[in-house]
Amino acid sequence: MYELRGVTKRYSRGKETVHALAGVDLTIPDGDRLVIQGPTGGGKSTLLQMIGALDRPSEGEIVLDGVDLAKLSEARLTKVRSENIGFVFQSFNLIPTLNAQENVETALVPLGVKVKERRERAAEALRSVGLGERLGHLPSEMSGGQQQRVAIARALVKQPKVLLADEPTGNLDESMRDEIMDVLHTMWKEHGLTFIMVTHDSSIAKKAPRVATIRKGKITVKENAASA
Amino acid sequence: MFFTYLRRELRRRRKAALVVASGLALGIALVIVVTSVSSGMGKAQDKVLQSLYGLGTDMTVTKAASPTASASDRPRFQFDAQDDDSDAEQSTDRVMVQGFQTLSTATVTKVGKQGGVSDAVGGLSLQVLKVDGQFTRGQFQQNDNAGGGGQQGGGAGGNGGGNGQPQGEVQGGGANFDVNSYSVYGTDVTEPALGPLTSSTITSGRTFKTTENNGKVAVLDSAYAKEKSLKVGSTLTISKVKFSVIGIATADSGDAAANVYLPLTQAQTLSDSKDKVTTIYVKATDSQKIDSVKSTIQKNVSGTTVTTSADLADTVSGSLSTASSLATNVGKWLSIAVLIAAFLVAGLLTSSAVSRRVREFGTLKALGWKSGRVTRQVVGEAMVNGLLGGALGIALGLGGAYVVTAISPTLQAQLGGGGGGGGQGGPGGGGGGFGGPGRQAAAKTLDVALTAPVSVTTVAVAVGLAVAGGLIAGAFGGWRASRLRPADALRRVE
Ligand SMILES: Nc1ncnc2c1ncn2[C@@H]1O[C@H](COP(=O)(O)OP(=O)(O)OP(=O)(O)O)[C@@H](O)[C@H]1O
Ligand SMILES: [Mg+2]
Repeated sequence: MYELRGVTKRYSRGKETVHALAGVDLTIPDGDRLVIQGPTGGGKSTLLQMIGALDRPSEGEIVLDGVDLAKLSEARLTKVRSENIGFVFQSFNLIPTLNAQENVETALVPLGVKVKERRERAAEALRSVGLGERLGHLPSEMSGGQQQRVAIARALVKQPKVLLADEPTGNLDESMRDEIMDVLHTMWKEHGLTFIMVTHDSSIAKKAPRVATIRKGKITVKENAASA
Repeated sequence: MFFTYLRRELRRRRKAALVVASGLALGIALVIVVTSVSSGMGKAQDKVLQSLYGLGTDMTVTKAASPTASASDRPRFQFDAQDDDSDAEQSTDRVMVQGFQTLSTATVTKVGKQGGVSDAVGGLSLQVLKVDGQFTRGQFQQNDNAGGGGQQGGGAGGNGGGNGQPQGEVQGGGANFDVNSYSVYGTDVTEPALGPLTSSTITSGRTFKTTENNGKVAVLDSAYAKEKSLKVGSTLTISKVKFSVIGIATADSGDAAANVYLPLTQAQTLSDSKDKVTTIYVKATDSQKIDSVKSTIQKNVSGTTVTTSADLADTVSGSLSTASSLATNVGKWLSIAVLIAAFLVAGLLTSSAVSRRVREFGTLKALGWKSGRVTRQVVGEAMVNGLLGGALGIALGLGGAYVVTAISPTLQAQLGGGGGGGGQGGPGGGGGGFGGPGRQAAAKTLDVALTAPVSVTTVAVAVGLAVAGGLIAGAFGGWRASRLRPADALRRVE
């Protein structure tokens, strides 16, 4: 359960100051599926970084299960990320020199999971996204859709509470996009995750129960009664 | 994960690793070669000095040079011309004190009593000019304008081919002569630990006994013995005195101090210089205090010149000293410069490699990797590159040093005048005529083969440099990596 209150984020470049977020209030209940939309430069990725404990806001509170992330030290934020938050990125962000299984294992490294268990859990996660046959493949040996599945397996192998995705289908063509959306949807349902996704794709947004739109750092949330 | 990731990175980014490693390798190899060549130069120089002094000698004392060299000092030969029909061989030896400057044995004792002197031993250097053959009335002709048919030095003991000994022939009127010059060193047999004979090894027979001070025995330099076909048991006649050869000595440096070694008393008798020596060999009690001992002797024993091995080293010129200063100066600075450049390049390349992997490291941080773990990964890679470079550089450096030793280029060392004629070197450029070697031109040229011995210390230093290179590269890269933000994972630009 997230509670964001008066979250602002300023970036200063020399004398110029950009207000990426200008006072965001938002509540995200556990198990929610939230889609964030908005024009480019609106502050979507910035908001995701705040929610994902990648960065601290300039002002405001980001309370995750009673803990204000804005007040935590870098080390504590790192711990929050390693335990609770799974990320899926637009450009997959796999380690190019590691194979699929090793890439998934990297998410378990900070948790101190023993090698053998780490291998097994990574293999299991890859099987659950349909890549049981591709454990030893390098990212460069896989299609974009397959790479993104590895990234999803990596995000979920540690069984986080929250799954964050920043335009996860942005680099994929139509058929792959649906495939990945199906995988994500299945995972959300099966794991009881809080799933927050940034997307430009309005067809995806239409199906979501709740859609937040960010414009110039301000947020508006719309409940979509039609969807399930 | 550390090792898996490290191994994968190094294997799949082999080229980048090789670039960093070979830069370091070049610097390290250069250090090894320069260090080894320098130590080879040092050894060559030691060898040159040793061939002059013998082991254990810290300085020599000789008489201060006096400028006059009167013509009456020069050796003269007198033969009575034989009748034309006589076949008898005539032979005469002139035994001269080399440099014509002597010190009395009392001076040896005096020097031995000076503070800081552990031991002082006198030695007498002689030059023997032997003329033998048949002499009927005729004219002397120098070799260079002798007619083709007259060049028949054969019969009488062979031409002295080695050591640039002066030769000439008298011909016409039935004359046929050989002129032969060789050096004799009278050694104090009671003090075998000092003096020029210590830089030779007895390879046949034996050396002098300490009781043989007045024995008619001789030790020959191996090169001279070979040239004259003399062996242990042969007899050597000098000025009608017969000496039996008891040993053959081979100079360690390939360049002997004298052709013939005799007991000092015998040498003094031969040259008619009783209780005289030409050189006093001095060993100091403390090799650190040589300079103060030198000034003590110079102050207290007047009329002498003291030459230390450092003085002598200063007079060494020729390609050896040129190469030596090249190796120690240019070589040293060059390898330092290349090393610094290699370290910098390794550091910058590592740092730029981190920049290219911003998103990769950002992602790991986003996944919850601690900053330290990411930094450790970067430093680990750099260390492996450094060690790789070290291994490569050591191989390259050993190869280079090996090639130098295999080729072993010959360097020449010229030992310049100085030191008041103290050198007991081979005869200098005596003319071809009967004048024989006049005052010795003290310059002496030695050929020394250059080697490049690689010491364990050098290899240890190389390993240290490799580790340092890896650490420097790692510091650059690690610093860069530690400053990356997890949010960099979301950066779009690669
Ligand atoms: N690290 C940064 N330093 C300075 N300015 C930044 C930084 N990150 C983002 N910004 C600025 O903050 C604003 C919001 O950026 P953000 O990336 O959140 O937009 P976005 O909605 O994700 O856009 P897009 O749809 O193009 O991804 C932009 O004006 C951007 O230039
Ligand atoms: Mg964005």
